[in-house]
Amino acid sequence: MHEGGLPSSTSAIPLIKPPLWLLAELTYACPLQCAYCSNPVDYAGHGKTMDTETWLRVLRDARQMGALQLGLSGGEPLVRQDLEVLVTEATKLGYYSNLITSGIGMDAARARSLKAAGLDHIQVSFQSSEANQNDEIAGMRAYAHKVDMARAVKAAGFPMVLCFVLHRDNLHRLREMLDLAIELEADYVELATTQYYGWALLNRDRLLPTLEQVREAEIVANEYQARLKGKMDIYFVVPDYYEKRPKPCMNGWGSVFLLVTPDGTALPCHAARQLPGFEFPNVQASSIKDIWQTSDAFNRFRGNAWMKEPCASCPEKEKDFGGCRCQAFQFTGDAAATDPVCDKSPLRHLVDAAISSARITTIEKPIIFRNPKNSDRHTIKLAELTR
Amino acid sequence: MSEGKVEYATDYKPLHDGSLKLARGHRIQFEQVQGCDVLLYPEGVVQLSESAAMILKQVDGQRTVIDIAAELNRMFPEDGDLTADVRGFLEVAHARGWIA
Repeated sequence: MHEGGLPSSTSAIPLIKPPLWLLAELTYACPLQCAYCSNPVDYAGHGKTMDTETWLRVLRDARQMGALQLGLSGGEPLVRQDLEVLVTEATKLGYYSNLITSGIGMDAARARSLKAAGLDHIQVSFQSSEANQNDEIAGMRAYAHKVDMARAVKAAGFPMVLCFVLHRDNLHRLREMLDLAIELEADYVELATTQYYGWALLNRDRLLPTLEQVREAEIVANEYQARLKGKMDIYFVVPDYYEKRPKPCMNGWGSVFLLVTPDGTALPCHAARQLPGFEFPNVQASSIKDIWQTSDAFNRFRGNAWMKEPCASCPEKEKDFGGCRCQAFQFTGDAAATDPVCDKSPLRHLVDAAISSARITTIEKPIIFRNPKNSDRHTIKLAELTR
Repeated sequence: MSEGKVEYATDYKPLHDGSLKLARGHRIQFEQVQGCDVLLYPEGVVQLSESAAMILKQVDGQRTVIDIAAELNRMFPEDGDLTADVRGFLEVAHARGWIA
């Protein structure tokens, strides 16, 4: 998302800007078992999934605060039978609504009923362009249905984003994936290299591509970008471990993004719940306004007063906000540290060690699939991985 | 969305002389909280300046660049000939995929 696209655009900047994005994780239930899922590893132990009425209130309150883009996500949001009710309300409130789905649980009739409810856009994720590999990564037979559903999404008149999650085992198929996107008439393609949080962190040794793979993929992505200019927009997300500067994570903590989990916990990003020393507020106990404006959790890393060296005196601190707080915590144990992806970080060697570790890991190492059983089993293991 | 580096194809494309429409999945709405018009599209939002919003609102699937420039010139006679500015902005909007 980019803001203020025009050079002449001016708007008053209040002390705390309103949230622009509400990501509603409507459920953790999902028929797929992707080993890089962004849901927390310990999701199975979280609280009760919120009911329709509570979600409707969240939508209304966040919209009143200025939220504009609504992501309906999960788990698999199509699992919820009240999805059309939520979409209808989102339309009435003036959200731009995005359904982020695997396509499982969709059929042509449901695509049409979501269109009638006013849904603006659907993002369909693919695990691969090759049926067997797709189904292996998803942990179920899904590929053929996904292709059908992508067609149904277009037939119902939606703009469609196809999202391919990229990692070591499927990066070599990039050309095929882009050809599939062309065939399915995607309006946008997101080539999202796995980011290492949650399940992906647990499986990092097996998922992290090599630098050579990434450079090769960049060439392919650039070639297709040039060829399809004006027909299909292609966004390529480079894995940050290979960057010299950290990503401006979430465009800054508590800056534009508000995530609400199935049990009502409000978070500034997908992975923040793992951070120690935080009490993340719940939408059932506090108003969205209080959560956004006054809660300790959302204010903790706003601005730059919290920064330590080398960030504190860095001329680029307004550009990347010191990187990702969760990544800093995962590598260093300190969420206020410089994201060690940055080559100014004295701990950059920890990222390099992770790259080396992945390089020597062979395909014999088993992948841990995201499901309730593994959630219980690996919750402790992840805590050990994070120091 | 904002995780990782995102690369956009930003090269300019020539703008055609036919009727212009907002690209599929794009819409403009006024936002009370932001105090400005915004352009919304899949997973994205752009806050529009007053002049940008004024021009984009003329994009209705019927009018051409020439029609829109003429309309803006009618609306703001005291600002001189706006044709070049309007065309310049529409070229940027077209290159960014906001209009087709």
